[in-house]
Amino acid sequence: MTTSFTPASALIGGSLIGLASVLLMLTHGRIAGVTGILSGALFSGGPGKAWRIIFLIGAIAAPALIYYTTGHPMEFSVPVPNWALVAGGLIVGVGVFYGSGCTSGHGICGVSRLSPRSLVATGTFMASTSLTVFIVRHII
Amino acid sequence: MQIVMALLIGLIFGTGISISGMGNPAKVLNFFDFAGTWDPSLALVMASGVIVTAIGFRLVLARPAPALDKAFNLPTNRAIDKRLVVGSAIFGVGWGITGFCPGGAIPALGSDNFEVVVFVISMVAGMAGAMAMQLRSARKAIVSKN
Repeated sequence: MTTSFTPASALIGGSLIGLASVLLMLTHGRIAGVTGILSGALFSGGPGKAWRIIFLIGAIAAPALIYYTTGHPMEFSVPVPNWALVAGGLIVGVGVFYGSGCTSGHGICGVSRLSPRSLVATGTFMASTSLTVFIVRHII
Repeated sequence: MQIVMALLIGLIFGTGISISGMGNPAKVLNFFDFAGTWDPSLALVMASGVIVTAIGFRLVLARPAPALDKAFNLPTNRAIDKRLVVGSAIFGVGWGITGFCPGGAIPALGSDNFEVVVFVISMVAGMAGAMAMQLRSARKAIVSKN
């Protein structure tokens, strides 16, 4: 299935993701990594739990809010069967736990800080994702 | 105020993900499909995200403290170890199978599609499972030490 190259929305969307990272650092003094925020919201207690849950609620509300205000649903299609979503979901969960982060925390925030750990993590997952997609789409 | 800002920042993040296509598995998978239906859009998402963040972090981290907390809380772990590399490689396998990463999938929950729910529940189960395994081996290590 093809998708079209959308440079304008990519740049606007990417800049907003960056803006969110900067604002979280400015206000809370923390890295906007969804892996860390999600595991903090679900698995840890303490005073940091509330803002993490609220951040996630805001993130989930965004596409719904865009839909109700503009009438445009978020572009979305999943060219993958449900069993693969279950298997891949488990694999992602294990990987981001041990890798201590994902595309937002390592890929955006960490790379921006030139953190050596994040540069290694990002290089590694970009390579293994490319390899996986190649194997799934062109070999299997 | 911390809570209000968290909601606003979550909304901005989710809007960015929605507009950019980072929460759309078809688009994400095509970005990685260089040998097939390649869609370079996500390179621009990552590039613009990194540029805005790099500039913003420079300005923000020049302050003595964040606006709503006592101190900046930056990762202190410096070790580039097997755990980091293997974990990241495993994450990539799952991202490549599904087209979902955590930051893309969470906002996509608000797009009212059942597939995201399937993915997120599985991902949380994977995180919880890995955490439980780690707790168990840590406990074993303590027991064997005593």
